[in-house]
Amino acid sequence: MANAAKNIALEARGIRASLGNSPVLHGIDLALPAGRWTSVVGPNGAGKSTLLKVLAGLLPHSGEVHLLGQPLASLTGRQRAVQLSWLGQNESSGDDLTVLDVVMLGRLPHQPWLGAPSAADHAAVQQALLATQAWDWRQRALGQLSGGERQRVLLARALAVQAPVLLMDEPLANLDPPHQADWLALVRALTARGHTVVSVLHEISMALHADDLLVLADGRLAHHGPCADPASHRALEQVFDHRIAIHALQGQWVALPVAA
Amino acid sequence: MSLRPSALAGLLLLLSLALAALGVCVGSTGFENLLGPLLHPLQDPDQTAMARQIVGEIRLPRTLGAWAAGALLGLAGAVAQGLFRNPLADPYLLGSASGASLGVALALAALGGNAGMLGASMMNGGPAVSVFSGSLLVRLGLTGAAFAGAVLAVLLTLALSRGVQHTLRLLLAGVVVGVVLGALTQLVLLLSPDSLQAMQAFMLGSTSFVGWTSFALMLSVWWLCVLAAWLMSRVLDGLSLGEATAHSLGLPVAPLRLALVAVLALATGTAVAQTGLIAFVGLAAPHLVRSVAKSTHGWLMWLASLMGGTLLMGADILARGLVAPQELPVGVLTAVLGGGYLLWLMHRSSSRGGSL
Repeated sequence: MANAAKNIALEARGIRASLGNSPVLHGIDLALPAGRWTSVVGPNGAGKSTLLKVLAGLLPHSGEVHLLGQPLASLTGRQRAVQLSWLGQNESSGDDLTVLDVVMLGRLPHQPWLGAPSAADHAAVQQALLATQAWDWRQRALGQLSGGERQRVLLARALAVQAPVLLMDEPLANLDPPHQADWLALVRALTARGHTVVSVLHEISMALHADDLLVLADGRLAHHGPCADPASHRALEQVFDHRIAIHALQGQWVALPVAA
Repeated sequence: MSLRPSALAGLLLLLSLALAALGVCVGSTGFENLLGPLLHPLQDPDQTAMARQIVGEIRLPRTLGAWAAGALLGLAGAVAQGLFRNPLADPYLLGSASGASLGVALALAALGGNAGMLGASMMNGGPAVSVFSGSLLVRLGLTGAAFAGAVLAVLLTLALSRGVQHTLRLLLAGVVVGVVLGALTQLVLLLSPDSLQAMQAFMLGSTSFVGWTSFALMLSVWWLCVLAAWLMSRVLDGLSLGEATAHSLGLPVAPLRLALVAVLALATGTAVAQTGLIAFVGLAAPHLVRSVAKSTHGWLMWLASLMGGTLLMGADILARGLVAPQELPVGVLTAVLGGGYLLWLMHRSSSRGGSL
């Protein structure tokens, strides 16, 4: 049992959550294995982002979430922050902060309050900025960057935490295809080193590159299985009312829209 | 153009010192009339005593007081803009200005004619009345009323918005409190027309009555507030990346936000109580800092204070010098200059395709 708990990065039991007064998640149970990349997919309004926020401990909910075998609710903010890194979507961003300042914020959970950054902090920031090819703009203000460049800086911020679990909501927003490919390589390298990645991606073809697929529909878990499994593809086509079809193309899976 | 934060801090400190020296020289009695008696005390002891009084009891505390009030407003502006993640946020947003106005209006109505005289002399400005005159008690009463009004208004805003968790609700509550208390102030003034003139002096803002006590009070509160804001500045950095990201970084967002609202209320309330409603310094100071230096909020707290102090001290000198021997209420000057600055900002932003 102890071993099994060790290999599960995130576990959720009976998750219910609401946005305002409208219930969004209606009882979700899941266990996400460590060292794998799981893509959360589903139609608009299925509750993907809400589920990700609940798993990150950012939204009030009923039910239990366990992070690396510990109940999330029992961890302090800082304990949670060093184990779980979060990249949100459409959040306001500090236009007046320099790129270096923004990425250094990812090291906050590792630093004493108002303490100066350590050599390890600087190394982590540099590594993250190099990984997202944003090191050259480190002295520029975030407000001076394009949408895609800014997204790479925010990604670097999430990487700089060096947490074993990374949750990312639409991390590919504004990224051009070459940088989307770089992001895929980055995630593969992370999982190869034992990190767990959970992402919400609206672009199904990108999501199908993941190890596992978590298919949501109407706030419920419709399917959870490996991306390569035909059963996952069928579940995905079904939640989209068969308005998409999944094909194999040059060793990849692609989802194409089907005309009504 | 981008300066290092430390370079900007040094520049602003130097500018502050230069302006302070200038502030001692400018006034209805020209400096040349003071320099002689001060340098040669034996020639005419009476003249020397008067020169000493003008410099030591009036100009110096007033000049330094303008700096301290500006520093409080600049700091409050930086905290408000970080807290509400809105570059147009103003220290008076949470209703503190209208609360202070109502407090002063009530106090004036209660004090009657005595306070009216004070108001009249405030309007004329200058050294006609010193802080050691008989109206000291009245003045303390007005200051206390303004401060109590500001703090109570902020508490009312917090109660209406049910805490500080929802930024939009907090802003709306601040607007509601501002409008309602503003209407009440007008009602009080309508019922006691005697206090209208004194009230006007308060609404326009003036530094002419700042004495050593006021200066010491503002400086101590500024130190307290800037240290507290600096200690909590990391949460503002985190919040600038969004609420969820700040939480995910393990920052104790809720308690620190409440503490920062307290800093905002204390800094604004203290400045308003000593100098009346001085417009735009709190809005413009953090803006100006950000336009020349990119910095974290830790630096911004110090830089916006220095910038606010420099701005208000400069405006005070202009207010005294522009139409000498008369003088303008400094609040009128900051409103005109601040309005012009905002227009320029709008123009610059729209010519760059911005949305402001």
